[in-house]
Amino acid sequence: MTDYSGGGDAPVLEIRNLYKSFGALKATDDVSLTLMPGEIHALIGPNGAGKSTLIRQICGEFEPDHGSVHFLGNDLKNSGVADRAQLGLGRTFQISSLALEFSALRNVMLAVQSTSGSSFKFFKPVMKDQPLVDAAMSFLGKVEMQSRANVPAAELSHGERRKLEMAIALALKPKAFVLDEPMAGMGPEGSKALTGFLSDLRHQAPILLVEHDMDAVFALADRISVLVYGQIIASGTVDEIRGNSVVRTAYLGEDA
Amino acid sequence: MLNYSRETILNTVLTLLLLGIPFAALAIDEPFYVTLATRVTIFALAGVGLNFALGLGGLISFGHAAFFGLGGYAVGILASHALNYEPLMSSPFEIEGTTQMVILWGVAMIVSGLAALIIGLFSLRTSGVYFIMITLAFAQMIYYFAISWPAYGGEDGLPIYVRNGFPGVNTLVPINFFMISFGVLMLAILLVAVLRNSRFGAALQAARQNEDRLSAVGIKPFYIRLAAFVISAMITGLAGALFADLNRFVSPSMLSWHTSGEIMVFVILGGVGRLFGPVAGAALFILFEFIFGGLTEHWMFFLGLVLLAVVLFARGGLIGTIAGKVRYD
Ligand SMILES: Nc1ncnc2c1ncn2[C@@H]1O[C@H](COP(=O)(O)OP(=O)(O)O)[C@@H](O)[C@H]1O
Ligand SMILES: [Mg+2]
Repeated sequence: MTDYSGGGDAPVLEIRNLYKSFGALKATDDVSLTLMPGEIHALIGPNGAGKSTLIRQICGEFEPDHGSVHFLGNDLKNSGVADRAQLGLGRTFQISSLALEFSALRNVMLAVQSTSGSSFKFFKPVMKDQPLVDAAMSFLGKVEMQSRANVPAAELSHGERRKLEMAIALALKPKAFVLDEPMAGMGPEGSKALTGFLSDLRHQAPILLVEHDMDAVFALADRISVLVYGQIIASGTVDEIRGNSVVRTAYLGEDA
Repeated sequence: MLNYSRETILNTVLTLLLLGIPFAALAIDEPFYVTLATRVTIFALAGVGLNFALGLGGLISFGHAAFFGLGGYAVGILASHALNYEPLMSSPFEIEGTTQMVILWGVAMIVSGLAALIIGLFSLRTSGVYFIMITLAFAQMIYYFAISWPAYGGEDGLPIYVRNGFPGVNTLVPINFFMISFGVLMLAILLVAVLRNSRFGAALQAARQNEDRLSAVGIKPFYIRLAAFVISAMITGLAGALFADLNRFVSPSMLSWHTSGEIMVFVILGGVGRLFGPVAGAALFILFEFIFGGLTEHWMFFLGLVLLAVVLFARGGLIGTIAGKVRYD
């Protein structure tokens, strides 16, 4: 058995030679990367570089033209979005994606119900299922959203929705987190709080983090990969990326 | 909380009215209204079935006449075999017809459920307008099949010479048959209420609100919807079975797209996704037909205008207009 629990050297998530085109546009152009146990691997790059497209292929929303995604040693080729979530991929969306009529609590309960038994239970009322409610409440508590538990998702602020996305991902108890710009629109205060939160979260499961906030990336990442025009132009530690002149001209926007 | 109790009061009033009218009609010696109330009850039941798929699951089926008609034909065919003493099938084993309602209901539900399973396997891979069109296409296929199949009456339909039986009840007495239908309707609404609050109901409603969210937590919308579509069809099929017994007649018109449209009208008039919406909707429909149908043969045109007004100005139908938006606890 390969050890995926942390500290081992087998990658939790491994992407091999992935290609994806939209017409003539090469959105993913021979991308390979790994996510190791216990690490935060940040994926940065300008808008339109293909970060979200890569995330979607990892999570099963898009089928790659070529190449493979391996998770915990399984080739995910024939796994759909839900299968991958069941296997332990916990993702958040760049643009919050919630059941808007349901309360925050019921959004999290969906995730809890998915990981604790079947959804083909027809008779017991969910709101009277105390373990289900309590578990969901505790995940809301982890993002300081308990006081907003009964508010419909549609009535939550942008920042609260981002936190709710995070609580749902936590509730899946994933074996890897895949977070697409979790700080987007959170404001400096929110970003700082989330940075601290993610820093601890890596011990629970490794994180593939797409993020624009460079302060957060440099503070958090164990490794950084830089994606430009669908290609990874550099990959390394924070210091290596900071010192990389190609990256500085291509992305960080400085003169080399 | 306020909305919730308002809806409860409204539901109670509707139920009492539906139950009270036929008895009042008997008291003033107008038995015709008993039959009218029975029609409302059975149409409401058909609507409860569709509303489960459409209101909770967001599945806009324009083919529920298929299930209504299959339920009806299940009753008609089995009863006609029983009355002619002809077994339905003699090899490899013998199946006799029957005139027992409870058995007929079971068969009607199984037949509609199986049809929904097959139709759902194909149609639920699509969404939006495609789903509407595919469900319509399947229903039309069954409709034309019924028309062109002479063994059971073809275009002329199939009479049922004796009303089927229910243990300990004289079903020929209109008020008795009304009570049976009313009881079935209440049970169906209770079932939907229970399902709505269950894990399954949570997943189904989430599939309507945001299927990507449901998939991302690891629940496959397809199977949730398929199960909902089958349950929905079984309820509408049961309504078809009762309708056959009410009229003592089944005809291909039960399977026609007009019927699908009418069932959808019940749901929309009453309030999509509301527990008692189809009761309100079916009552409004029959009332409308009764009042304006006597004045003009173009009453359907005016119903169309009302429907348009509901869709444009009162999206929640009667229940939504009075009780406000749905709020989840
Ligand atoms: N479904 C799609 N169809 C066509 N083009 C797309 C689609 N999704 C993304 N793209 C294009 O692919 C490129 C990469 O987009 P995206 O992955 O969203 O970039 P990023 O997340 O790095 O900002 C963009 O040029 C975008 O317009
Ligand atoms: Mg993006």
